[in-house]
Amino acid sequence: MSAGPVCPILCAGADDDRALALSDYEGATARWCPGCGDHSVLTAVERLLVAEQLAPERTVFVSGIGCSSRFPHYLKTYGFHGIHGRALPVATGIKLQRPELTVFVVMGDGDCTSIGAGHWMHALRYNVKMVAMVLDNGIYGLTKNQTSPTTPQGHPSNTQPRGTYLPPLDPIELALGVTNASFVAQTAEWVPAHLFATLRAAYHHDGFAFVRVLQRCPKYTADIYQIAVQRPEVLELLVHDDGVVVPELERTYTRRLVHDPRDLARARELAMPGERIRLGVFFRDASRDRYDLIRRATPRTTTERLALLDAELDAHAV
Amino acid sequence: MPTETLAYPATDPAREDRAPRAITTRREHTLEIVSDAGEGAQKCGQIFGAVCARMGNGVWTVEIIPAEIQPPPRIPDGASGYRIRFGTGPVTNWGDETQLVLAFNEQVLLARHRLGALAHDAVILLDDCWASHPDEDVQRAWRDALDELGTRDYRVILVPMDEQSRAIVDNPRKGKNMFALGVLSSVYARDLDVVREQIAQTFRTKSEQVYATNVALLELGYRWADEHLDVRIDVPATAPSGPMVVMNGNEALGLGALAAGFELCAMYPITPATSVSHFLGEAFERFGGVLHQAEDEIAAAGVAIGASYAGGAALTVTSGPGLALKTEFIGLAVMTETPLVIVDVQRGGPSTGLPTKVEQSDLLAALYGQPGDAPKVVIAPATIEDCFHVMVTARRIAETFRCVVFVLSDANLATGVQPFARPTLEERWMRSTLDLDPVPDGAKPFDWDPRTGLSRRLIPGQANGMHTLTGLEHDDRSRVAYGGGIHQHSSAMRSRKLAVLQSMLLPPPVYGDDAGDLLVVGWGSTKGAIEEAVDRLRAEGHRVSSTHLSFLSPLQPGLRAMFARYRRVCTVELNYSDEPNDPYITDESRRYGQLAWMLRAHTLVDVDCWTRVAGEPLRPGAIAAAMRLRLATLLPTGDA
Repeated sequence: MSAGPVCPILCAGADDDRALALSDYEGATARWCPGCGDHSVLTAVERLLVAEQLAPERTVFVSGIGCSSRFPHYLKTYGFHGIHGRALPVATGIKLQRPELTVFVVMGDGDCTSIGAGHWMHALRYNVKMVAMVLDNGIYGLTKNQTSPTTPQGHPSNTQPRGTYLPPLDPIELALGVTNASFVAQTAEWVPAHLFATLRAAYHHDGFAFVRVLQRCPKYTADIYQIAVQRPEVLELLVHDDGVVVPELERTYTRRLVHDPRDLARARELAMPGERIRLGVFFRDASRDRYDLIRRATPRTTTERLALLDAELDAHAV
Repeated sequence: MPTETLAYPATDPAREDRAPRAITTRREHTLEIVSDAGEGAQKCGQIFGAVCARMGNGVWTVEIIPAEIQPPPRIPDGASGYRIRFGTGPVTNWGDETQLVLAFNEQVLLARHRLGALAHDAVILLDDCWASHPDEDVQRAWRDALDELGTRDYRVILVPMDEQSRAIVDNPRKGKNMFALGVLSSVYARDLDVVREQIAQTFRTKSEQVYATNVALLELGYRWADEHLDVRIDVPATAPSGPMVVMNGNEALGLGALAAGFELCAMYPITPATSVSHFLGEAFERFGGVLHQAEDEIAAAGVAIGASYAGGAALTVTSGPGLALKTEFIGLAVMTETPLVIVDVQRGGPSTGLPTKVEQSDLLAALYGQPGDAPKVVIAPATIEDCFHVMVTARRIAETFRCVVFVLSDANLATGVQPFARPTLEERWMRSTLDLDPVPDGAKPFDWDPRTGLSRRLIPGQANGMHTLTGLEHDDRSRVAYGGGIHQHSSAMRSRKLAVLQSMLLPPPVYGDDAGDLLVVGWGSTKGAIEEAVDRLRAEGHRVSSTHLSFLSPLQPGLRAMFARYRRVCTVELNYSDEPNDPYITDESRRYGQLAWMLRAHTLVDVDCWTRVAGEPLRPGAIAAAMRLRLATLLPTGDA
């Protein structure tokens, strides 16, 4: 794929003659369990990096703590593997300082919806341009099988052995309720084509693109989506020209619903818990206020700053 | 001795036969203005302090802050005001007792009286409108208060502030303060042109009408005092040797941040640190930076770390409770060697503690707040001037050493106003370190110099420099690694940097003789009070010196050798320590002041401490008294 002219702010495509291949993005060998959904996401992300020819040196993956947060180590871009639940503030800082960098955030369900839930809500509202993925396998895996906010009700874990007590928190429902959220989508690790298409749509969104990836943990929640994996009609694909359309999936996934992602009220209805698992872009509105654009500081030269500082001292002069 | 109450001549303000106004000349004087919250005593005091500074006096001011934003009127707890100590030479601390107080009502005055803030023979200028108030309860309270005040030798002078102000404003609660400013300007012979200029500066964003009203009130107060008061105190000024600026410590931190080239400040509102961000929020609009008010204290640290990781000069500003919340992120910055400057404007703790009151209780939290070994640099400004320059130092160290730098200010410096020499700005202070040149393939993100632990930082955007920073232990390529002695080695690299920095520091200067009976050791905002106490003790013939530490981590070199030249070493600090003679307190159980604790471990010298947590700055008189007791326990040395 040839690299065309790039906008330095919105897109970080390589602006040189490099033809970047998959190997240009590969980092350390992934050490997730065999069958872990994280592998699928990594593959889809690598595909996206190649497809968009993103310059590795101008791309940053920020993560928190958990199995999924090892993600940046497995790529050859810049990465910041921080602390549990706090990937979003770090990513926000990076974007405020360096808007030209392309930022992806990789969180687990504990990261995003539990210990870092406060940041999540505010990041949705700040609407700073980045792709934020929650790799949601409904369990704490790294710490070995504790209930997370998204664990299905009744699913036993080491901390709630008689079955998880409460109904799971639905990240899509919550995200759609946050003022100024601008992109809310759901995809699944076992539908790679949809996963790739959704991440690509998220990457092209001018704002904070929140993507929930439904995942299975092969060790602790291997069966939570079994019914959907075995019976494609349980899934309903939300399709729209402004959302995600994957023609190659149409033979397998026959249940499709045309949903205009600008229709927030309808999106909220569709997000309500029910028998179907819906994949696609629930909501998208690129016209929402973006904190990173609003807060863009007019750069000043050192000479200008010195003059301003002198004037500031004048105002305090005795 | 009964209080002498001087009633003003109500009917004949311009009488010719009054006693000539005697002028008392003082090298320094301490006054305060107190009112209910919202009546503007603080504004009056700020202007008066600035006027003194502009006229060439040394000045130190302290805010008197009620616990609530809008307490009910006329209660002692609601006292809001401003204390100004000014003198012929530099004034380095708030001094001891107040010699003149101007009070808007007798209840807020009682608060100051009961706190022991007033000198036994203080002059009191008191609004008299309450004596004839229509509410009998108010009248009774007035009489009771005057009785209580009568137990001291105060000289109470009644001033018709309310009545006089009504000539110009309908609601004297909004205007009395400028009348008061006029009265004080007369008492202290302030140059009215300078006062008018300062009023213009203070109300520059308000309408011309506001200025005119305020000046009319000022002039009325001035005239009234000229005609009715026999108190006149002159504190001559000495011309400063060069250009001076005047501001409070938080403004100085903010200005220093700009001079140091900081481009992003992430914060969450917290007293008494917030006004730094008020200043930066406004200034960054012009200077081309970002003040980010984060959703919480944790996120504020995270945003600053993100911005710094991306190559910017970023800081976060907080106070004790916020520092507690930032703990985990600070550890991450240490582990990833991401430069980070944290300004902690300390207040009383633990927990929510005393939000508006000064304390120096975060030293050990700054040093040891992180689980695991997390070496950091800790610097403490001692003066308002230091608050400006410390920011330049902090940024330079954070970036050179790839480390976390704490700046420990406190509530005393935050709101204290002091003139200081106008800084000579340097372009290199604000230069960006952002270097996006490609690096050789395989460049290591932690290419530690094995001797110093120093390494070059790779910044996103640098071709071939790609790597993933991690809060997990890692090798020099930032690969997660726990085994093979890697943790031992990288811990040593992170720690070594402090030793390298220490090798570049000078021993702290000694104030006084470099040997003697007692060495007082302090840090932070107590410097002026300690040195004034040392001056007094030395004038009495005591062999006392002091030293003041600006670096708390690493500690400045030469301390053990310095301490050995004194028979006794004692820290003076604004944090809690057990009193040696209290129940259950023994040599084994006594908990020491935070600096004393560190110095004992660092020097193996039996360092004593005298600390107070009164919620106010230390008074030089109190320090001198405590040190006298310590000196008294020393046996005579004969020919020493």
